Amino acid sequence: MLQRKSDLFFSALVAGALLICLMFMDAAISQRLDREFVQERREVVRVLTLTDLCLFTEARYTRHPSMADLHTPFQDHPLSFDHFPSGAIMAVPPHLKRKAGTLQGWISDPRERQ
Amino acid sequence: MGAIEKQRNILDFTLSSLGRRKGKNIALVVVYTFVIFLLASVLFFTHSLKKEASLILQDAPEMTVQRLLAGRQDLIPTHYIDTIRQIRGVQSVAPRLWGYYYDAMSGANYTLMVNAELNDRAGEIIIGNGVSMRSMSGIGNQALRKNDIIPFKTYDGSVLTLKVRGLLPFASELVTADLILVSEADFRTLFSIANDQATDLVLNVRNAKELSTIAAKITQIHPDTRPILREEILRTYDAVFDWRGGVIFMVLSGVFFAFIILAWDKATGLSAEEKREIGILKAIGWETSDILLMKFWEGSAVSIAAFFMGIFLAYLHIFLASSILFEPVLKGWSVLYPSFRLTPYISVYQIATLFFLTVIPYTVVTIVPSWRSATIDPDSVMRM
Repeated sequence: MLQRKSDLFFSALVAGALLICLMFMDAAISQRLDREFVQERREVVRVLTLTDLCLFTEARYTRHPSMADLHTPFQDHPLSFDHFPSGAIMAVPPHLKRKAGTLQGWISDPRERQ
Repeated sequence: MGAIEKQRNILDFTLSSLGRRKGKNIALVVVYTFVIFLLASVLFFTHSLKKEASLILQDAPEMTVQRLLAGRQDLIPTHYIDTIRQIRGVQSVAPRLWGYYYDAMSGANYTLMVNAELNDRAGEIIIGNGVSMRSMSGIGNQALRKNDIIPFKTYDGSVLTLKVRGLLPFASELVTADLILVSEADFRTLFSIANDQATDLVLNVRNAKELSTIAAKITQIHPDTRPILREEILRTYDAVFDWRGGVIFMVLSGVFFAFIILAWDKATGLSAEEKREIGILKAIGWETSDILLMKFWEGSAVSIAAFFMGIFLAYLHIFLASSILFEPVLKGWSVLYPSFRLTPYISVYQIATLFFLTVIPYTVVTIVPSWRSATIDPDSVMRM
């Protein structure tokens, strides 16, 4: 059936494209199946008033990055480096760079600033 | 001869030519596949985690108010509740009591949090799945079950034993793996926290559009506080796994430079054998355009094969093998790490980005040196 090498190439191309389609199908099915779990997680977050994902438990500023302050990673000494590995994976939460204590800091819509 | 038939003949010849340098080309495809696999793995992992966070944390508190003292978060006096409640638009204010407990026996850090449902059941706790897997009771590596007793060392030096009343649902492990829910009385005993203090306050407002105004009013009334909006919590997870920051950037730059070296090797010239092949083809009547077509198919065959394999392996790695290669990086020094399977969130945009970042540049750089060799005299090429 596949007498020429180009036939083999195009068949492999079609197989690859099918594989990508299968990935999308699997993703769609998984999303539908996991909807119940996502709802359950949302409910847990709402009931327990949680604020962060439990990804890194080694340091408090990586366990709850949204609740951390800028100084926590360098808590041991004024010149110390952030020494927890997870601190290297994560970027600084954007609200820590905000100018604290000003109304302007919270208002993201430029129309509201006037 | 039709145009399609011509292309197929050139492709047949190209594939045979690739087969003649089997070892080199297989090695090339393996390295190229690995580069795409790493790139796609990082992309799939960060995107799915961000998506998951945005879905789960939609019901996080609308506003959290912390107190800062000397640049650090400090306990907030509960009388702040009364003044904050009086701000127009505030629907409810509730104190939250939570903190961290380092368990010396297992070396794990736990998040302890007060749950109102346990307030009339002092001495009992509800634990997350990750906590149950850690042996805190000193009876080996057995998982903790209902009615097991866990000893805690309080901040005044005494021991407080708490009984496991239940486990948090397994599905919620991504948010509760290290969580221990306790009663308010036990929490205050454990950490010696006065009754008029809380960790922070959570607010609900009547109109979400007023959140920023209420936040500004709170900081005017209590300048030592810092309100954190739900929108900011959601933005945190969008930013913390941003490709421009941290190790993700390191991995991506490593992969990028590996790809540059790969492409550079191709772009700086052909091997003597490849040049001779081009000379012979020109001598037997091949046009320069035919040779460029041959090189185009060669680049396409290698890069498309690597692209499909790299993407598919990355998908299996992240969504079926629970990102096993990234685990040591993510774990860091953590003793307790949630075992979670990410829901696959992939988009055509991601696949297209990967395609244009890898397949197109490689295919282009394979053509350039061939064009240089194909335009010189075949006799001199063969004599090289």
